[in-house]
Amino acid sequence: MNQITRRQALGTTAGALSVLGLAGATAYAAGTDSRAATSAGADSRAAISAGAVDEVYQGRRIEITPATPGTHHGGHHSAALPGVRIDGRELHVMQNADGTWISVVNHYETYSDPLALARAAVRELQGAALVPMGGM
Amino acid sequence: MTVRKNQAELTTEEKRAFTNALLELKRTGRYDRFVTTHNGFIMGDTDTGDRVGHRSPSFLPWHRRFLLEFEAALQAVDKSVSLPYWDWTTDRTPRASLWAADFLGGTGRARDGQVLDGPFAHAAGKWEVNVRVDARAYLRRALGEGVAQLPTKAEVEAVLAMPVYDAAPWNSSSTGFRNNLEGWRGANLHNRVHVWVGGQMATGVSPNDPVFWLHHAFIDKLWAEWQARHPRSPYLPAAGTPNVVDLNDTMRPWNDVTPADMLDHRKFYTFDVEPAAVSQR
Repeated sequence: MNQITRRQALGTTAGALSVLGLAGATAYAAGTDSRAATSAGADSRAAISAGAVDEVYQGRRIEITPATPGTHHGGHHSAALPGVRIDGRELHVMQNADGTWISVVNHYETYSDPLALARAAVRELQGAALVPMGGM
Repeated sequence: MTVRKNQAELTTEEKRAFTNALLELKRTGRYDRFVTTHNGFIMGDTDTGDRVGHRSPSFLPWHRRFLLEFEAALQAVDKSVSLPYWDWTTDRTPRASLWAADFLGGTGRARDGQVLDGPFAHAAGKWEVNVRVDARAYLRRALGEGVAQLPTKAEVEAVLAMPVYDAAPWNSSSTGFRNNLEGWRGANLHNRVHVWVGGQMATGVSPNDPVFWLHHAFIDKLWAEWQARHPRSPYLPAAGTPNVVDLNDTMRPWNDVTPADMLDHRKFYTFDVEPAAVSQR
């Protein structure tokens, strides 16, 4: 049987992602179209459009739960925001008026969506754990 | 009267006095309270809600007041000290004297971004990063890695030429001088410099790196330059704007100071080279 298994497809995607991660955000943006051509890439894209993500990227677990209107994340905002966690620790994120995203670890550089933002945070953290927001 | 100098012109003794005052503020815990305040505003200022320190017209007067408070704290340690400014259009490589071991120290090592030389290197034992968003307690930098080039003089000139201070909706999507200087649109000046330095400077706890103050002292000087070029252009908005600090509204966290109080820097300090009106150049 020549059909690749889901596990194999996911493994391929994980490899591609770590290469993209090393090359940085520009390469990620450039690689989005070709990645979407694989079945696993399509799965990943579907998950993003639904707003929910659960993936391992460069050895870190990224979880994104969609914004629920009327709820607050972290108590800092009036607007609803997705919850973004890296290895279970909350990453403080914010959406700009033009629809782009920033986080507390990449505060002065914008990203197109929460997943790109979370992956940038993983690269920035170089393995370090997040601490509670504003924490000592 | 305090004179703020270009960091490139400081004497060895002036550099030593400045870095020693920083280390003393760090030792007493005073320094970290500035980092905490800044991060509180970074997380609280939003495009659609209340916004005071960032992404709003009061970005410039808020940071002017914040730097004045910090400079006063330095002067309580050593009254000879003033905040230097970093003109990153001129001193634009990691080889600039700013990053030498006798001043701020250099870039971080590849493995973990850790700064290894200068008074703020973790191994020197006097610069623990306490107010942080992740577990790392050492100062980090990645000079020129997040973005290759610092803004150029021509890019700064184009922003200084903009005649209107700020515009509705008074946030990160605005046209006008303030938002182009802050960097959320256009060539990207202030934000890009944070990214170029990397490490904590790219985060909400950016004042953990002492270069924060030198960067913002130059942004502040560019505001003064802009005022000299556009003497009839007022701070905007004037009044009645929801979620935004109007000219005569008080600013948090001080609640006793308005943008109007901050418009003339010469009440508080002068620059080694004062901005001159274009007609006098």
